Amino acid sequence: MNVWIIPIITAFICIYALVNKCDVFSDFLEGAEENLKMCVGLLPTLIAIITAIGMLRASGAIDMLTGLASGLLGKLGFPAECLPLALIRPISGSGALAVYEEILAECNPDSFAGRVASVMLGATETTFYTIAVYFSAVKIKKTRHTLPAALLGDITGFIVSVLMVNIFFGR
Amino acid sequence: MMKYFFTIMILLSFIAAAAMGRGEALTEAVLNSPVDAVNLCIYLCGGMCFWGGLMRVAERSGLTDIIAGFFAKILGGLFKELDKNGRAFKAICMNVTANLLGLGNAATPLGIEAMQAMKEEEKAENEATPSMIIFTVLNTASLTLIPSTALSLRIKYGSEDPTEIIPAVWITSACALAAALTGALILGKGAKKSAEK
Repeated sequence: MNVWIIPIITAFICIYALVNKCDVFSDFLEGAEENLKMCVGLLPTLIAIITAIGMLRASGAIDMLTGLASGLLGKLGFPAECLPLALIRPISGSGALAVYEEILAECNPDSFAGRVASVMLGATETTFYTIAVYFSAVKIKKTRHTLPAALLGDITGFIVSVLMVNIFFGR
Repeated sequence: MMKYFFTIMILLSFIAAAAMGRGEALTEAVLNSPVDAVNLCIYLCGGMCFWGGLMRVAERSGLTDIIAGFFAKILGGLFKELDKNGRAFKAICMNVTANLLGLGNAATPLGIEAMQAMKEEEKAENEATPSMIIFTVLNTASLTLIPSTALSLRIKYGSEDPTEIIPAVWITSACALAAALTGALILGKGAKKSAEK
């Protein structure tokens, strides 16, 4: 089933648009061009974060941190490799992307940590950034309980991602 | 926030490298990592452009509107204070649909429009209304149907079945969303009670 999700969605969207007399190709090009610009816009942040993480790894600091955390996290069943991802995910989208890539490069994407990181990245959002954008757009300073509720969601997402990978694939 | 994060990372690596005598490795990382970043960007670019294009097709053909109409029924219960035919509620439905389809670019402007419309409709001054909070919480949870970024990187690193994670992603984001919404509703009720006292 899984292998058919993407082909079905792709084909359905194109056929539906054609039946509704849309210029499928030029619409496609327009959307693609917009995302190309977004991709270029991502680059400065990626360079900053990937370099900083590369430095952390080369210096041995990441090994030290995961070594310290792995005892406690291991008891909870949380892969220590995914800790940096959980820390940066709510703060920076491109930063999380950089950390995720490091995890995949270090562990296999089909390893326990690789799968957990994939689910974590796919199932959570850049919480702080979203809240900042939405509330500053309407000039509202008192966000009340928005942040605690949103962070509760993130933490739940991190825990459930470990559970789900356990259930679907085992350790 | 990021300025501290960035500085702490650099500082930490400097201290660790100094302590362990890894100056050479650190210098190498400073020189080579930016190249890795450019490679990653080039790698992601193709998939991002393809999905952006496909979703624009879905938007123009009216497919997005149909899905938004479907969500109106589900979302009605969460936004009791809002007029269901008003500008705010319509923008909310469109925003949720855009998020679901992975139309990040379309979702943010729609979300901002929804916030502005809610501010007008509920006459908010400088404090968030319950609808605004619930709406923002919806957006801080990931509602994506296809986690395309994670998929393309899984392919890059040679996963045997890159899409195997999709069902787990759906269930996980549904749980995260449920927790965030429950949190928002409970905290909202608590705040209301203490205000009444």
